[in-house]
Amino acid sequence: MGKGLVEKILQRYTQEEIKERGQIIRCKVSKVLANDITAPLAIKSFREMGAERVFDRERVILVCDHFTPNKDIDSAQQVKFVREFAREMEIIHYFEGGNCGVEHALLPETGLVGPWEVVVGADSHTCTYGGIGAFATGLGSTDIAAAMVLGETWFKVPSSIGVYLEGSCGEFVQGKDVILFLIGKIGVDGALYRALEFFGPGVETLGVESRMTVANMAIEAGGKVGLFPVDKRTLEYCKGAGREGDEMLFPDEDAEYEKVISINLDELSPQVALPHLPENVRDVDEVKDIKIDQVVIGSCTNGRISDLREAARVLKGRKVKKGVRLIVLPATPGIWRQALKEGLLEIFLDAGAVIGPPTCGPCLGGHMGILAEGERCVATTNRNFKGRMGHLESEVYLANPSVAAASAVAGEIIHPARL
Amino acid sequence: MKIKGRVHRVGAHIDTDAIIPARFLVTTDASELGRHCMEGLEPGWVKRISPGDILVAGPNFGCGSSREHAPLALIGAGISLVIAHSFARIFYRNAFNMGLPLVELGKGVDQIGEGDVLEVDLEGGRIINKTKGEEFGFPQVPAFMLELLNMGGLVNYVKKQLRER
Repeated sequence: MGKGLVEKILQRYTQEEIKERGQIIRCKVSKVLANDITAPLAIKSFREMGAERVFDRERVILVCDHFTPNKDIDSAQQVKFVREFAREMEIIHYFEGGNCGVEHALLPETGLVGPWEVVVGADSHTCTYGGIGAFATGLGSTDIAAAMVLGETWFKVPSSIGVYLEGSCGEFVQGKDVILFLIGKIGVDGALYRALEFFGPGVETLGVESRMTVANMAIEAGGKVGLFPVDKRTLEYCKGAGREGDEMLFPDEDAEYEKVISINLDELSPQVALPHLPENVRDVDEVKDIKIDQVVIGSCTNGRISDLREAARVLKGRKVKKGVRLIVLPATPGIWRQALKEGLLEIFLDAGAVIGPPTCGPCLGGHMGILAEGERCVATTNRNFKGRMGHLESEVYLANPSVAAASAVAGEIIHPARL
Repeated sequence: MKIKGRVHRVGAHIDTDAIIPARFLVTTDASELGRHCMEGLEPGWVKRISPGDILVAGPNFGCGSSREHAPLALIGAGISLVIAHSFARIFYRNAFNMGLPLVELGKGVDQIGEGDVLEVDLEGGRIINKTKGEEFGFPQVPAFMLELLNMGGLVNYVKKQLRER
């Protein structure tokens, strides 16, 4: 019986022989991550455990990306707490200020995570790195503290739902639409306790950043990981990020899946997730007469350079509708600089956008664009639960960067081709 | 481990933003977090809770963000046990790590009413509904999770491991 991506990666990190899905294994980890809102609890638990050193100061990575640049006094105190811990533990990769970006965009870009790794992070969107072939999953702060101390954790080896991709995405259709379509089909618990494994000829037509967008939202279907094969495109990306020696990774032809869902990318149109669940998905053309107040383009889902390029394509020579706030948040300093070089920031400014620093900010209702009662936002983020971006009586619609940009111009949700 | 308490019901897909909104993630203190428990569902919800009460929920309880503050807020509010149709996986681990027991019941949750008084035997896998005079079983809580609860959570578990190294 063939092996899938899950077993192939995990087997390298455990002494026990993986005989079946559902088996519980003790597993070494390559990287352990936390951010400014999850690290404080992890540090507290670390101390209570009686630990004195982290298992490897090169492999515990701390990124202060959520409530930064410091949102208020309490947030500033939290960041200070994390900074002091990083200093005491002599953590090599501590990010704050000018070198800091949204973690799940920053770490692939800097080559700190990559193919065949097992990555655990105190953030549910750690699954993003599945896009570059890492078994990457979110855990709570105390689980992360245990991993910081021991360099290992335990997993139930998940069974996999196979997602067979064929065809290629048309104009204005991207990775975001693939994953929204899938979540719409299987529901927010459709992949509960399972891995999503993507395969088929459609995979190589997706850019690596698009694959990360897809993997990023595996958790929104309840998935443990969202795994992609590692092909030539992945290796090229990783080389560009400064990595050496990565290997390809493909599932066996006869790998077993609990079930297989097929998606023909040729037939996919832009998708929108309506309030208040990521599974409430429609074709954008079915969404009529939804007037909006705000648009956010950014986040670990869609804040990368390819996303900004798509948004700029739509916004070039156009203006944001009066009364609509467009907020653009390039996800890392590297992306910010590149967007500047390529003239994208000028396009955004000419259109009337607000351009902010790399931060998670509004995605989780932190800062940099919170919604008032009755307001509606189209966002390239990953969650639209009630109150996610502000007032309980506000609404968030999830979409790709092209739809977000077009909606900012039209003042309502619209297919970019109809502008 | 035997738990007795009065039931409060919530619905399906209660996410961790509902359990504890992001703006409260500026403290690590359970009682402080407890004061805002379920504020993302309904402001002032926590006022109905007495220490030892049991929460009963629909499918996919605790979905969304991995924030450990979610089980902490429930513990801080005085909730002794959560019974749900099903749990999101990160929340499941976090709850046991924090010492909050969970019972996954499937459709059986529909038989439990708001205000019912329950007696739950965790190791034995039995629930007695004292109000309705009904009794039923539930799937075994994995041995490893029971061990975590009996040790008082993951911190104690790791403390022991470090001492034995």
